[in-house]
Amino acid sequence: MVLKLKIYNLSIHEIKNKLENREVKAIEIVEANLNRINSVENKVNSYITITEDIAIEKAKDIDKKINNNESIGVLGGVPMAIKDNICTEGILTSCGSKMLENFTPPYNAMVYEKLLSEGGIMLGKTNMDEFAMGSSTETSFYKHTKNPWDINKIPGGSSGGSAAAVAAGEAAFTLGSDTGGSIRQPASFCGLVGLKTTYGLVSRYGLIAMASSLDSIGPITRNVKDAALVLNAIAGYDSSDGTSINKDKVDYLNGINDGVKGLKVAIPKEYFDEDVSDTVKKSVLKTAEVFKDLGAVCKEVSLSSTKYVMATYGIISEAEISLNFARFDGIRYGHRSFNYKDIESFVKSSRSEGFGSEVKKRIMKGTYWLSKDNYEKYYKKADYTRKLIKADFNNVFSNYDIILTPTVATTALEIGTNQESTTTKKKLDGYVAAANLAGIPALSVPCDFDKGLPIGMQLIGRAFDEKTLLRAARAFEKAINLNNILST
Amino acid sequence: MKTIIGLEIHVELSTKSKIFCGCKVDFGGIANTRCCPVCLGMPGTLPVLNKKVVDYAVKAGLALNCNIAKESIMDRKNYFYPDLVKGYQITQYYSPLCQNGFVEIGEGKNKKEIGIKRIHIEEDTGKSLYNSQNITLLDYNRSGVPLIEIVTEPDLNSGEETKEFLESLRDILRYIGISDVKMEEGSLRCDVNINIEDEEKKTRSNITELKNLNSFKAVVSAIEFEENRHKLLLKEQKNTVKETRRWDEVEKQTQVMRLKDTEEDYRYFPEPDILRVVLSEEEINKIKEELPELPKDKKNRWLEEFKLPEYDIEVLTGSLELASFFEETLSYSNNPKKVSNWIMTELLRRLKECDVELSAVKLTPKNFGKLLNLINEGIISNSAGKKIFYEMFENGGKPEQIAQNKGLIQIDDMDAIEKVIKEVLHRNPQSIEDYKNGKDKAFGYLVGQSMKAFKGKGNPKLINKVLQKLLN
Repeated sequence: MVLKLKIYNLSIHEIKNKLENREVKAIEIVEANLNRINSVENKVNSYITITEDIAIEKAKDIDKKINNNESIGVLGGVPMAIKDNICTEGILTSCGSKMLENFTPPYNAMVYEKLLSEGGIMLGKTNMDEFAMGSSTETSFYKHTKNPWDINKIPGGSSGGSAAAVAAGEAAFTLGSDTGGSIRQPASFCGLVGLKTTYGLVSRYGLIAMASSLDSIGPITRNVKDAALVLNAIAGYDSSDGTSINKDKVDYLNGINDGVKGLKVAIPKEYFDEDVSDTVKKSVLKTAEVFKDLGAVCKEVSLSSTKYVMATYGIISEAEISLNFARFDGIRYGHRSFNYKDIESFVKSSRSEGFGSEVKKRIMKGTYWLSKDNYEKYYKKADYTRKLIKADFNNVFSNYDIILTPTVATTALEIGTNQESTTTKKKLDGYVAAANLAGIPALSVPCDFDKGLPIGMQLIGRAFDEKTLLRAARAFEKAINLNNILST
Repeated sequence: MKTIIGLEIHVELSTKSKIFCGCKVDFGGIANTRCCPVCLGMPGTLPVLNKKVVDYAVKAGLALNCNIAKESIMDRKNYFYPDLVKGYQITQYYSPLCQNGFVEIGEGKNKKEIGIKRIHIEEDTGKSLYNSQNITLLDYNRSGVPLIEIVTEPDLNSGEETKEFLESLRDILRYIGISDVKMEEGSLRCDVNINIEDEEKKTRSNITELKNLNSFKAVVSAIEFEENRHKLLLKEQKNTVKETRRWDEVEKQTQVMRLKDTEEDYRYFPEPDILRVVLSEEEINKIKEELPELPKDKKNRWLEEFKLPEYDIEVLTGSLELASFFEETLSYSNNPKKVSNWIMTELLRRLKECDVELSAVKLTPKNFGKLLNLINEGIISNSAGKKIFYEMFENGGKPEQIAQNKGLIQIDDMDAIEKVIKEVLHRNPQSIEDYKNGKDKAFGYLVGQSMKAFKGKGNPKLINKVLQKLLN
């Protein structure tokens, strides 16, 4: 099947090739994407802000450099979009919230700075669940993003705009943030590769925090090699992030095609429980067969702490949210109420008006977990079970190289599905949040389709071992050659 | 009845930059000119701990005899206030950097150790200012200035004792160079917790917290005011209310600020944005080695070594700068009492007159020592010495050169002296006669006349010698 891809659907590597061979100009690529945005955005709603002028200017600049045989960086001429909780100097950074509807940061996030310096072309800021709290991009104050594979379905969340933009051909890649699966889950729903990086590998400076100890930034791309390329650009120590880890620079593309012969793959039985749909179960287990055929060793293991993941994630993330969101008081930036009589009522009404209900709910729950009488009862316990979960992973990784699981229990849900029940929550986030609690890398790769909707499988790796994850995912991707590019 | 006092002291550290960002630490300045996205707690920014702040706090901990934690964490203290930019203050609650130290106060029988419960590092908040229309104005220059909080055990028993402790503490902190410890500029802030125990009746008044104490004097006055208030109430079989009171400097009394009936819930939480503060044994030892001799040790050593009066030592050890100046001068002019006298009279007076710091003066210990030597050796007179001192104080320079240039060197050329004195004798035949007839006064008169002839530059010892020779 050789389908001539439209320019807006090219992968990063394809764009790089074409630019290098002078088959196409950067401005043509950018215009193709901008045209695509023009024609589909009213259906998909991927973007909160589109930075057309910046994109065109940068594309012209890249073309000039190409003409002058100057270096353009590893992402030179590649159109990209950034999740709206990553600070971009001079460009609205709203976090999908009314609270920051006028917030234009005077500084860049380190990741954005790095992408710019590598020649990436900024198309805009993508829609997201308000402050990244949600699993469907429906809690955004601005709009509902639709799943490009079926616009009646959710794209997943919270990085739903970032995933939908890539799936719909509105950007070659995007950055998302992942606090409890927010990159991998929408990547799975939209048929893309989504990588949650090891905590400390990619600088969080400029990422508007949801839960500081869980947040990490990563790419959403059309294929595994693209993910490795973007990771090359964004990974590395940053002295402005106190949790950034100083390690030797790794080239994630180097050896990516080396295959999986002898690779030990663990398949934890707890991740194939009754909440996972049969098709998803079948599809993901089929991938184990692919790995075996490629020479990997796959064995069932147990991660018995999995039953604590949702409760632990809930308490820890909400606890940190309740503190991180205290700074939004309307005094220095953000939404400002005119309905007040003193400082206390000013802060109260600014926050009441600025935050949506999901944010308020989590702040209240987090405040409860941390109140004097509950700190030991809930937070301390969650902190302890988090250690158990970490230990559980370490234990598996002493015998295995990677862990294979479904990314989500189902394919994309209908827009408007009630997500309040514990089961629905678990179906959406229950298989992805553990990697955040353990601080380890995980990625979602498309592995199959069910009734025209993509299914993703998740690979989880050792801390700072993104290389093995990407190599395994690449071997799999090559082997099954799934067409995950939307043709219309 | 016994007074029980414990202190909570905040000290601003004089590091070059703030605790979590690169902004400059300095007192005052135009409002909101010394802040950046980090110290304003803007969304997306992250705090990065300034290692110097840890070093400074460890210095304080070591100087105050504390145990230093090899591993400690930062915590968030959560409350809303307009001058608190993140809605929480980054501090240390669960594991402070330094614990269980003490400061020794008093002499001889009155010697006493005041326990230091803990010292932790934290960030300062901004400042709320109120204008005449009662509008709140916010200045965030102070936001993120590094602080240490020192908490004492309730070991103090009077206002005077508290003052003595605070003075010792101030001297120590100043010596180790971690703060300028100025109460009036807020770089030293002291809150007092006080209550009274009736040992006979075995009753205790409820603890009062005292704030707004802007000088050592205010601390003493407020403590004494509270002592009386608590004692009176206890005598009347009543008790104080657990509350925070502020010292009113005008009314000279304390006033209720707020009740402390319910403890505020700060929801302390380990700061996830900052990794553990880890110190190795070597790092701690290195800081220990860099500590200067502390005031008390220095005083004891000087008492032994230099045999100076206690008063002199007290004055000379007043600041590390002055003490170092004294000791360095001694290495050029080894006469402790003479050096001490000159410092205490001429140098300190001049500093006061000109209202300058020692560090700003061009006079060096080396030149100062040499000047004193010139005087001792009789090469210049005491009064010429003072003139040279003034010159060196203003403009620096070497004393021999100044003496030369200003013609202040005493003439000690024997032939020249003999020539002048012969003339003096020639003009005063009557005095020679008187001297030969045994009138000692006449000799004195001739010395005086000779000195006059030398216009003050004559070396008195030589004049005496020559006169005697010529007369006999």
